[in-house]
Amino acid sequence: MPTAMEIYKLLPKKNCGECKFPTCLAFAMQLANQKVALEACPYVSPESKTILEESGAPPIRLVSFGLGGEPLKIGDETQLFRHDKTFYHPTVLGVIADDSEGLDRMKAKMEAAKAAAFERVGQRIRIDAVAVRHSSGSPQDFLEGVRHAAAMTFPVILMTEDPKLMAEALAMCTASKPLLWRATPQNLDAMVNVAKACAFPLAIGGAGSLDELSQLADKAKKAGVVDIVLDPGDSSAGKMLETLTIIRRAAVKKKFRPLGYPTMSVLGESVEDRMKAALGVMKYSSIVLMKEMPPESAYPLMTLRQNIFTDPQVPIQVKPGMYTVGEPNEKSPVLFTTNFSLTYFTVRADVEKSKIPVWLLVVDTDGQSVMTSFAAGKLTPESVAALIESEKVKEKSTRNEIVIPGMVSRMSGKLNELTGMKIVVGPRESSGLPKMLKSVAG
Amino acid sequence: MAFDVPKERFAGKIREAVIGATREQGGTRRSSLVVGGSGGLPMHRFESEVPHTPLVVMDVVDTPRVVPEVLQASMGPIVKDPVEWAKKCEKEWGSDALLLRLQSANPEEENRPVEQCEALFRDVLKATTLPMFVYGCGFEEKDAKLMEAISNAGRGERLFLGLAEEKAFKSLAAASMATGHGIVAFSNLDINLAKQMNILLLDFGVKPENIIMDPLMAALGMGLEYSYSVMERLRQGALSGDPVLQMPIICDASCAWGVPDAVEDDPRKGNVLQRGTNWEAITAYSAVVAGADLVIMRNPASVALFKQAVKDLAGGA
Repeated sequence: MPTAMEIYKLLPKKNCGECKFPTCLAFAMQLANQKVALEACPYVSPESKTILEESGAPPIRLVSFGLGGEPLKIGDETQLFRHDKTFYHPTVLGVIADDSEGLDRMKAKMEAAKAAAFERVGQRIRIDAVAVRHSSGSPQDFLEGVRHAAAMTFPVILMTEDPKLMAEALAMCTASKPLLWRATPQNLDAMVNVAKACAFPLAIGGAGSLDELSQLADKAKKAGVVDIVLDPGDSSAGKMLETLTIIRRAAVKKKFRPLGYPTMSVLGESVEDRMKAALGVMKYSSIVLMKEMPPESAYPLMTLRQNIFTDPQVPIQVKPGMYTVGEPNEKSPVLFTTNFSLTYFTVRADVEKSKIPVWLLVVDTDGQSVMTSFAAGKLTPESVAALIESEKVKEKSTRNEIVIPGMVSRMSGKLNELTGMKIVVGPRESSGLPKMLKSVAG
Repeated sequence: MAFDVPKERFAGKIREAVIGATREQGGTRRSSLVVGGSGGLPMHRFESEVPHTPLVVMDVVDTPRVVPEVLQASMGPIVKDPVEWAKKCEKEWGSDALLLRLQSANPEEENRPVEQCEALFRDVLKATTLPMFVYGCGFEEKDAKLMEAISNAGRGERLFLGLAEEKAFKSLAAASMATGHGIVAFSNLDINLAKQMNILLLDFGVKPENIIMDPLMAALGMGLEYSYSVMERLRQGALSGDPVLQMPIICDASCAWGVPDAVEDDPRKGNVLQRGTNWEAITAYSAVVAGADLVIMRNPASVALFKQAVKDLAGGA
């Protein structure tokens, strides 16, 4: 974003007040803070308008593709490191169905990709897209695959460097707004025309260097393609880290427009490629495509993506309420903890180690840990008592006893008063739970 | 618009730490390892020198109690024999160094006497030639005696002993200072605590080259993002010139085997051993991408996967 002074220099300096601000400088300050739109100024010159719109655009363009309702969104990142703010748009993970594998195999891969969706920590994680790639030499094979993908109502990436074939393929799946892969130095003009005609996003790659890649992107943009994805195509993980880091830096820190686009990594199926996919998630790939994504690789990868793209300011929470570990009965102990996901999972894992079935109450603390929420007054004897009441704890366990985290032993008296239950102060660290539970249950 | 490659230079540099001593150096190890030494962001070879590639420290536990069933099955009966386990790490699984965890000293579990633990350490030392880390059981009183015994028994070997914690580091620090060993300084997922721990050790008289930091690796799916960001910040703090943060970092990726998602049987999530293998490898790999100089690992297949990936990351072309 330009500063107020930089904006001011481009304004008409008439101080006419028609924008509802007394002076052009006052208006410029509002613009710099993104409080008003430039349209409020009736006299700004078209040249200034173009400059200001350009400089006000995000450093990395937001590109979307896929089905109308909830398209996949990539790009629009502003940071090199997640702790500086957050990463906004999680890496899109996709499986490549290559037409040289035969239609049956392609179909099976596409169906498996679509089915690979899981609920994890209250969020849905999944494989997001299928990429249909042409390499068999027979256009018919490719189009058969595209036909199947189009019928699946799932985001699609079309992979061919033949502009004519691309035009045919995209005509079959216009409703799913596919990403077109890719324009290269060899086919740039023709592929740009195809992308322009349909206004779908276009991947650009096949360049020998980042310099060449940026020139290709610039050329495509000048020819009228607005949504671009960069495919630097690197041989090793080391090179991949280098180019993706340089692209991100150039875009975010230097506002270098020709590289201000989302990126993609097209990978194979080797051991190195499996780990390169993880690298892509951590270090700036907006899209990672892999030849194979069996669930034992895809699931950890999706988990990594979920971790890395978690907003550092917003803790992941689990739903408050009554949980069971094992199959507890009316003789089983009752414990409580907070709904910060890490706290919950740690406690749960430690309880599981004891092999003793328990009732585990999860109190709503806005995702804060035990100590933090107790100090902030979010974990109180009252909030625990209310949950004990609403979850009908006394009907589920007749022990009339509750184990509380050792860190909040101070609430024992009040909680006993409010609930009439015997309070057992648990360990300060949940790693002490197995031992403690054995003595409680025994 | 010509493209000018944006490269970054830093004022600070990560310290080097030497682990293990050869016969010439007064020990019995086949080589001594050097970690750290980089003056740039992790593995950013295009703009800074990365003199030492991150290393794998495979762990050997003196009680199978803490080894998950899925691993016990795949690693075989050696998990009940720490000496054989250590030999395999060296001869078959390509570990760079060893970590002997003397968990059975735990007074609330096996409560194995110090003499027995020391004897096991001597046996492992004799049976292998890799540089070694030795961790106690985490109970301060027991560890004070245990680590004193280990540091004497390993005199000259340039061991790294752990874990030094904020409230329990003096006996460990004293033992290692007396015998020239290094210390692993543990802190709980917080850049300020990591710094505080280093300051405590330095004030106590420990030399900076004798400290390796363990800022706590949270496993994939169990808060990995916290560790990832703490390490990125530690590394950036070190590079910007804070001498108290310039110690190399070790991360324990074996915690991956404690993650329910990684080890539970669920056919929809694929083969459980392969999933767990990927889980540990990705945990270790993310630690390296964030700034770790050493990773502790357990499963041989995960080590193989990780080593291949790091080699690929260290390759330029």
